[in-house]
This record gives sequence, structure tokens and C-alpha cells, in this order.
Amino acid sequence: MFHRLRRCPPLRAALFVLVLLGGTAGTARGDDDLYQDLGGRPGVGAVVEAFLFRLADDARINHHFAETNVVRFHDKLVELLCELTGGPCTYSGDSMKLTHAGMGIDHADFNAVVENLVEAMSGLGIATGVQNRLLARLAPLHADIIER
Amino acid sequence: MSGGRRPRAASLGGVFVAVLLAASASGAIERLAAGSRLLATGGGTQVEGQAGGGIVPWAVMAGYGSSGEVGASAFYTHVELDDYALDALGVAVSVDNRIEFSLARQQLDLGTLGDALGLPDKSLRQDILGLKLRVAGDLIYGGLPQIAAGLQFKRHLDFGIPAAVGAVRRRDADFFLAASKLWLAGPFDRNVFANATLRYTRANQGGLLGFGGDRDDSRDVMFEGAVGVFLNRHVAVGFEYRQQPDNLRFSDQDAWMDAFVGVFPSKHVSLVAAWASLGTVATLDGQQGWYLSLEVAF
Repeated sequence: MFHRLRRCPPLRAALFVLVLLGGTAGTARGDDDLYQDLGGRPGVGAVVEAFLFRLADDARINHHFAETNVVRFHDKLVELLCELTGGPCTYSGDSMKLTHAGMGIDHADFNAVVENLVEAMSGLGIATGVQNRLLARLAPLHADIIER
Repeated sequence: MSGGRRPRAASLGGVFVAVLLAASASGAIERLAAGSRLLATGGGTQVEGQAGGGIVPWAVMAGYGSSGEVGASAFYTHVELDDYALDALGVAVSVDNRIEFSLARQQLDLGTLGDALGLPDKSLRQDILGLKLRVAGDLIYGGLPQIAAGLQFKRHLDFGIPAAVGAVRRRDADFFLAASKLWLAGPFDRNVFANATLRYTRANQGGLLGFGGDRDDSRDVMFEGAVGVFLNRHVAVGFEYRQQPDNLRFSDQDAWMDAFVGVFPSKHVSLVAAWASLGTVATLDGQQGWYLSLEVAF
């Protein structure tokens, strides 16, 4: 997908316009402070990418992602974080409950994932307060993800 | 009997710190993979050897073990007051972030009082066996705070002075219920936490002056609390309060308090520095001073 984008300047230009329009729409809602503080779409994308690289390297939990379609995971996670932070997106993936069903995620797995997210954000130099606000928006997902 | 005891225990503390620092510096602790719980979620080690703040046991578990993991910690604490000094050291193990076992020794150096009265013992020691069970909730997630029930079995080793000032029991148990909660992105987008502990006790000065007394030999419910804020994920500042019973006729007993800074460079080592006020201790009033606690954990 990224390869195709690179070879198709008109499409990239169209996407760029869409992103700008999307950004404007988000600002108009006035509740996208966290999205903006994370750096908008590029900032959220950078967090997700750094996070995924850390997950892939973490022997405690990377077995959970062995069968995962990484591109889809990336895109849906960007969408989810964008929506949760008040950005101009609508999460189109499955529910947290359905996504994690049967994976047997326990507290240790969940904590390890959060730790990777925190390390990813710290590595990107994201301010403590912004990190905390994102964690606060993600924390309610805990109940639907933990299975045992 | 006098004199010899204090140097032995103090040097034991020194050896313990040396071992902790050597283990930390050599990377031996780092090679023990830390548990999955987030940084600082085990708090420090309170002065009786259980995971908590400085003077209050919290509902959190020692070390970093999450579900299916084992956590552990070792600590050394020194408190330097106007007329006394307190050393405490010990170890704690937690299993499954569910149950915590701890063992600690405290030694109170009588300093001024010992010299002035020519007391037979220059210091008072007690051993504390701790047990804590997380019964409900979670520190961070869900609506309930993390709730734990705990015990501290205490055995005094130098009971002569406590008996002379009216203490009735050489050994006893404290029972407590603790609730701890951390709120993400509280005021100023900082993570803030609070802990409330109810302790059923008749310990005089935490047991260093024995248990029960000539004024009152029954246990009472005492309130203990802590509040704090993480400035970032490595540094927390806060305040603690610990109410005390009043069982001895010879001296009133005041609440203990401390204001602390906890520094967590990694899951393997942390340092808590505090200013502490213990009020009147064995007739000497206004006892204040500094508190320093080193912990290694995984």
C-alpha cells in the first residue's frame, strides 16, 4: 500500500487534501486537544509505529501477534487512537472484546503492552502530561481485553 | 549486654546495604527479569517491611510481579531523629500480584535517652513477619481501588525497657485493611494516587515500645493515609499520616507523618527520601528528622 502511494503523486495529493480537511473538521469540534497535542495524524502514526516495533521485539508478548496482519493492525490502531483522542476518525475495526477474544490476554500481557506504549511515547519525547491523558483514554479498554 | 548489641546490628545493616548496592551495580539484579507491572506500582517498602510508602502499608504488592509472576524486593531504611535513630531492613516476596510475604528487623537506637538514664539496653529491636493479600480491585483499572487485607506479626527482642515503662506484651499482631488507587491524568495531567489504611493495633510506637499498656491493653482502629503525585513516571512526591494508639501512662504518643520524594530510575532500584515527624517518643517531644530508604526489586 505504501509502495503504491509513493508511485502515485495525484493520489497522495488527494490524500493530503483529505487530511487537511479532516484536520479542519476535527478542530471545529473543539474536543481534539489530545489529538493535536500528540501531533495530529502524523504524531499518532509515529506513536503506533514505534509501539508496534517494540511489541514485535518483546518476547513476553510477541507470540500473541504471530498471526496478526500487521498492516491492518497498524491502520486500525491509528484509527482507534485517533478517535479516542478526539481526532477526525471513526474506528471501523471490531470491538475490543471481539478482537481479543480467545487470545487469553492476562494482566501480565496487558501491563507489558502498556509498558511498550509508554516506552514508545517516551522515546518520541512526548510530554508526561500528554502520555498520561492518552493512557487515561485507553484504560477503560482494560475490562474488554483481559480474559483471565 | 549494653554497647555490644548496637554495633552488631548496625554493621549488619551496613553489610546489607553493601550487598544491595553491589548486586545492583554488578548487574546481578538487572539480570533477573523484572515482572510486568508498571514502574513504581509496588511503591517503596514501608518501615515494617511491606510494600507501601514510608510509614504506611499500602494495598500494592512488593516487586513487579503481575498475574502468573513472582516479584520480590529487599530494603534498608535509616531514620535519623532529634534524639533517636531507627534502622530497618528486610525482604519481601509477592506471588501472582495476589499475596505478599515479608520479613523485617527494626532497631531503635535510644541515643539521648539511653545515655541520660543509663538504661540497660542502648537499643530496642523487633522482628516483623508480614502477610498481605489482595482481595479485590486494581490499582489503576476499573472502578474499585485495589484492596488488601494484611497482618504484621511482631516480636520484640529487648523487652526490658518496654516492660519497665508499662507495656504488657512482648509479641502481638496488627491487622489492617488497605485501599490504594491511582488516577491517570489527574490535576495538571499528572497521575495521582491515594491510600487509606485501617489498622487494628495496640502497638506502642509501632511495637518498638512493646504492645498494650498500663493505660489500655485493647486494640483500637487507627487511620493511616497517603496521597501523592507522580511528577513524571520516575519521580513521585507525597505525604503520609499514621495515627497511633495511646496505651502507656508514662508518655503520650503522637501521630507519625512524613513528606516524601520517591525516585524510581528503573524497576530494579528505587530510593525514597523523606522528612518525618513522629511527635513525642518515650517522653521526648517533637521528634523530627530525615528518612532514607533504598530498595532493590524485580
